[in-house]
Amino acid sequence: MSSLQFFGSGLPYLPQSEYPGVLITIEGTDGVGRTTQIVMLREWLEVQGYGVVETGWTRSPLIGRTIAEAKQGRILNPLTYSLLYAAEFADRLEKEIIPALRSGFVVLADRYVFTAFARDVVRGCDRQWVRDLFGFAPIPHLVLYLKIDVVTLIRRVISRGIIDYFEFGMDMAMGADPYNSFKRYQTSLLKEYTNLAQEFGFHSVNAGLKPEKIQTELRKVVSAYFSKHHFHATPIEREIDTGNTSPEPAIQQTASSLPVAGP
Amino acid sequence: MPNTQPISPELTLKPHDFPGRLIIVEGIDGSGKSTQIRLLQRWLESMGYRVFFTEWNSADLVKKTTKKGKKKRSLTPTTFSILHATDFAHRLVTNILPPLKAGMVVLADRYVYTAFARDTVRGCDREWVRKVYSFAPKPDIAYYFRVPIEVAVKRLTQSRQVLKDFEAGMDLNLHHDSIESFRIFQGRILDEYDRMSAAHDFSVVDATANIADQQRIVRTVASKKLANYSRKPRIA
Repeated sequence: MSSLQFFGSGLPYLPQSEYPGVLITIEGTDGVGRTTQIVMLREWLEVQGYGVVETGWTRSPLIGRTIAEAKQGRILNPLTYSLLYAAEFADRLEKEIIPALRSGFVVLADRYVFTAFARDVVRGCDRQWVRDLFGFAPIPHLVLYLKIDVVTLIRRVISRGIIDYFEFGMDMAMGADPYNSFKRYQTSLLKEYTNLAQEFGFHSVNAGLKPEKIQTELRKVVSAYFSKHHFHATPIEREIDTGNTSPEPAIQQTASSLPVAGP
Repeated sequence: MPNTQPISPELTLKPHDFPGRLIIVEGIDGSGKSTQIRLLQRWLESMGYRVFFTEWNSADLVKKTTKKGKKKRSLTPTTFSILHATDFAHRLVTNILPPLKAGMVVLADRYVYTAFARDTVRGCDREWVRKVYSFAPKPDIAYYFRVPIEVAVKRLTQSRQVLKDFEAGMDLNLHHDSIESFRIFQGRILDEYDRMSAAHDFSVVDATANIADQQRIVRTVASKKLANYSRKPRIA
């Protein structure tokens, strides 16, 4: 896992480098509890000594606000919607995700390009065009997918009591009734996710389970991946032994790629 | 002689079948293309055509973001490219397609070829940039005002006060001197234009000729290509 694989041609200007980190992305529609799961995953990883970097859809300081404002003004069409999110993602990719992977962190990404693959196609963009657009994105090592059925999803989101114009798919003029619009939009989204899950080998976990149970399942998947690829945090004792005073818990890879121990 | 060998097979745009006509101009800064498109507009209007004029990078959607990004130098080649594509998509849907569908003549000062050339020079993947813009319709006429880099440099240093940093490619650290940087950066863009010229059916105009002579050529090409265009009101 020390080099990155991309969906398309990647970023040609990226300097040659090793990428010892691991990119784990958490996918799922609105209201499946991704944030809760990420908080728990992070804690679990950090206790074991892994350095963790979190990143999330629309959190770019440069472009996140632009998206919020454009959505507020409801001036986005399917193309600009897709492109703005791609710009936002590219900004975080180059400033957060790639540097973290280069430094050996575990990156937990709350939503990833699959969110765009699903949403943009439902909004009417050409399937291949969306894939091509995100050709600069690295393929994650693990995709954890919180899977939910449409009835549970609808009830969860509706009980929040907030109607979000875009989350309800109302920008697509599917009719004036928010409930019908929401149902049609989320049903189409779930269908896209189901296809993506198969195509890209998502690790699906039933999001209808209790949060603790979901977390147990997710940890199993992550542990299995780490042990299969010999990715482990350095034991604390050893760091003290070698006089390594780095405040960050170092992450090292397979024994064969390890530099021989220090002094 | 310009190098007109394409590096990889060019992905070209799909022709449109709207009742209107799309005419665009391309060329490096200082090629005089803006002067020529204005003159073309006057002429078309004088003949009774309904003309709509649009410029590259003029929508409000991402203006604040690109401005902030340029100022803080926090734009990467990829975010720079996608933000401009967003801006273009917004303009295409709100400004360019409606007049085309309404049967008007749309004149665009710069089109997607600007991005093809510039983003590639900035380091983006050549094919990726073309795929990103594949939603754009192919223009009915694409004028390419070709000018040697030395002529462009001379025109700009004589006429204009300060070179904008991004125009000179200063963010690419090609040279500490902005004129020298401009020469290198725009020189590379010129190469890109030359390479894509044939595949995209550019009508090449020698931009070193005097303004009236160039305009004569521009109008001859336009007359020929607009021959099958009906000026009678017709909408999609």
